[in-house]
Amino acid sequence: MSNEANLHGRPEIVTGHDVHHDEHHIHHHKETFITKYIFSQDHKTIGKQFLITGIAWAIVGGLFSVLFRLQLGFPDQTFPILETFFGRYAKGGQIQPEFYYALITMHGTVLVFFVLTAGLSGTFANLLIPLQCGARDMASPFLNMLSYWFFFMASVVMVSSLFVSTGPASGGWTMYPPLSALGDANQGSKIGTDLWLVAMALFVVSSLLGGLNYISTILNMRTKGMSMTRLPLTIWALFFTAILGVLSFPVLLSGFILLLFDRNLGTSFYLSDIFISQTGQALPNEGGSAILYQHLFWFLGHPEVYIIILPSMGIVSEVLAVNSRKPIFGYMAMVGSLFAITILAFLVWAHHMFVTGLNPFLGSIFVLLTLLIAVPSAIKVFNWLTTLWRGNIRLTPATLFSIGFVSLFISGGLTGVFLGNSTIDIHLHDTKFIVAHFHIVMGVASFFGMFAGVYHWFPKMFGRYLNNTLGFIHFWVTITGAYLIFWPMHYEGLAGVPRRYLDLSGWHNFNHFGELNKMITVVSIIVFAVQLMFIFNFFYSIFKGRKVRHQNPWGANTLEWTTPIRPGHGNWTGEIPEVHRWAYDYGKDGREFIPQTEPIGKGESHH
Amino acid sequence: MQTFFVILILAFGFLITFQIAKASEYVAVLRGEEKARKQTNRINAFLLLAFLIAGLIGVYYCNERLKGKILGESASIQGDKIDTMLYITLAITGIVFFITQILLFWFAFKYQESDKRKAYYYPHNNKLEIIWTVIPAIALTALVGFGIYYWFKITGDPPEDAMQIEVTGSQFKWEFRYPGKDGVFGKKYYKNIDPEKGNSLGQIWEDPYNHDDIIASELHLVVNKPVKLIIGSKDVVHDVGLTQFRMKMDAVPGTPTTMWFTPKFTTRQMVEKSGDPDFVYELSCDQMCGKGHFGMRGVVIVETQEEFDRWIYSQKPQYVKVMEEQKPASAKPQTDSTGKKATDTTKTVAANMRK
Repeated sequence: MSNEANLHGRPEIVTGHDVHHDEHHIHHHKETFITKYIFSQDHKTIGKQFLITGIAWAIVGGLFSVLFRLQLGFPDQTFPILETFFGRYAKGGQIQPEFYYALITMHGTVLVFFVLTAGLSGTFANLLIPLQCGARDMASPFLNMLSYWFFFMASVVMVSSLFVSTGPASGGWTMYPPLSALGDANQGSKIGTDLWLVAMALFVVSSLLGGLNYISTILNMRTKGMSMTRLPLTIWALFFTAILGVLSFPVLLSGFILLLFDRNLGTSFYLSDIFISQTGQALPNEGGSAILYQHLFWFLGHPEVYIIILPSMGIVSEVLAVNSRKPIFGYMAMVGSLFAITILAFLVWAHHMFVTGLNPFLGSIFVLLTLLIAVPSAIKVFNWLTTLWRGNIRLTPATLFSIGFVSLFISGGLTGVFLGNSTIDIHLHDTKFIVAHFHIVMGVASFFGMFAGVYHWFPKMFGRYLNNTLGFIHFWVTITGAYLIFWPMHYEGLAGVPRRYLDLSGWHNFNHFGELNKMITVVSIIVFAVQLMFIFNFFYSIFKGRKVRHQNPWGANTLEWTTPIRPGHGNWTGEIPEVHRWAYDYGKDGREFIPQTEPIGKGESHH
Repeated sequence: MQTFFVILILAFGFLITFQIAKASEYVAVLRGEEKARKQTNRINAFLLLAFLIAGLIGVYYCNERLKGKILGESASIQGDKIDTMLYITLAITGIVFFITQILLFWFAFKYQESDKRKAYYYPHNNKLEIIWTVIPAIALTALVGFGIYYWFKITGDPPEDAMQIEVTGSQFKWEFRYPGKDGVFGKKYYKNIDPEKGNSLGQIWEDPYNHDDIIASELHLVVNKPVKLIIGSKDVVHDVGLTQFRMKMDAVPGTPTTMWFTPKFTTRQMVEKSGDPDFVYELSCDQMCGKGHFGMRGVVIVETQEEFDRWIYSQKPQYVKVMEEQKPASAKPQTDSTGKKATDTTKTVAANMRK
């Protein structure tokens, strides 16, 4: 497919095949406000749309966590202001159990899917794939636009579910039936869960449209000379992310559709032998398996955590190499370990189900496969460390967030070795230990990757810089806060404190962490406030930030920095540059960096 | 009012931070961005090192503060294996944690940008990469080996003489059924459930095995005697969590699950051991089950065989209770004829369980 054809989609102005020298028609058609900013087909604009929608969701999801942390930290106190805003959900200024469970459910759903999947992959895949592969746009800009708008519709439905009278879904973000299937057993399982399922179905459609586009763009639309092994690691990571999503999201969708059937059409896929005490009725359903849902859910659910973390890994690899002024160490090993993680990601889902009564032999297989993932993860960590070793490191906000990512990935990854071992998982399953583990390794670490990406590519997105001082404050408060919140939480888990308990006062053995929970709540409020500061910095800098005056502000090798400072639709004004080398020739032969577009010199050394 | 002030203070703090940040950017532009960057670079590199040191101290401090509040000795023989595995893993991951974190922050500090240094072009080294593929692989093989060994010990078949108890979860309580003198649980069917008629588990009264089954609201166990729990649920997925015994198993409607373990200490022994006069073993629901999830608590009492026997003697089978209620006059003939004989029955129940 010709890059030009796909930009305009109008046969009369397609001039040639793969030669892009008619620069005049790149900018000549007038764009209205609507085609430029709303129904835009420009991958850069779509990326920004994903990012800004993701930011909006992150505020919502983060605010929810602050609300339920108030309950956890100060279970005896009342906050009249909550009643003002939430009425009967916070009667007397105290968060009611149904409200608490709705909050944690939406916090999980919003952050896992709407922020760290759509907001992260959506942003950087859209922004970077065409720019770093050397394409004028995605393989199908139209599908790409649909991908965003499906995400938008999913968002609208999900937001609307917050306002229904029986409350939003509240069965936990995993939405396990029968709890999620029975409105009589749980307030949130009434209309709220139907809306949740519909929103998620739309989300899956969005994710598939995006993913297919990313894969075909990377495979088909690289510029001349850009062999797969010359791609920056960001693109490799986004490529594997898209593959994971395309192969696993449909399974999730099937699980959701069966759940919708069970809820509304009287089928018994997940329901069997149920007597609901609230209504005093035995349900007619027999022969279903509640565990079947868990298999379908985690078949996506586990790859999902890699869908979240792989883009961050790619971003961090790129940012660390650029700012260490050194090539990424072990490029092929990095690609290989991404590949290994992708394959293994499909083979470990049942480690979420060690205590569901799973056959112990099957469990042992999943232990083996789960702990195998630690090998490629270890390779990546050692390679990042070696990339820093003997570099000449510029500590920009993006670099700091990347270093923070590696630190968090180590901490959270190592606790995964505990949980992946079924023997230990018996004790730690569904305790605060797992909450601490996945927040560090998947939540905060991925956010760090995302922040690194935003700070690093903000100049490309908006032609301005983010404020550095605010960036540094953002980093230092966030990393300190993240460790203060989640490190001691492991101890609560070791003591057996179950997750999703909003009040421990009724328990003799769990009720001695009051001080700790207060501390965690206070820190989380501070961290949340600092994220708001970052968001302010983001929007302020779009309009008022320091202007970028240099085409290649970081001295990077990759192609996006060969475009104009504010590239139009089509990215390059002239021909798409040809690529002659890999993306990581930093510090080679005494030169600080050698862009990918520079031909191999005669006397150049081989590595 | 208080909230209002907090918000006001936050807003002010933010405004000041923002003004400083803006000013520092102007200063940077005036002084030359190159020079300004070098200065912030030095500050951040120093902070990275400080963060490492503070972090290591913090890890130590956190452990000192909290280590007394967690774990304690496992109260079951199987739990000891889990604790051993936990400590093996902690040792291995601990070493990796300290090495990698120290290297990370040290490198970031040591190799901060400087005019004197040139970055070292070092794209790959196969030998190094093989080393750090093989070493983690070996360490993980060891962990997998130990882990699976213990896992099979714990999840394997219980000993023949294990006591059997059925645990049923429902929103938001636990019920425990003992098989009675015959050692066999009577059949049940969920459509028979009728709490108002005293049949909260759906027992089929026509099944004679049901006639001596005892239902209790607390879980009584015998010390040093293996116990097998047969776990089920009436409505949604629950989870039998026994923290002190390090045990956990989901309760799934329609699909019974099992777990077994051997309690090591009676409740009274634990009171002495922990020095806590109110100590009690607790059974927590560990799988999200609705709005009362956080209060779905059961009490576990571990006692000696004699104490257990005394307790079970005093319990009336559910069938007898129900029949008494339905036909107050002629309840007893349904099972054994006299009150005296009933005592005999419970004795045999206990004898049966002691086996």
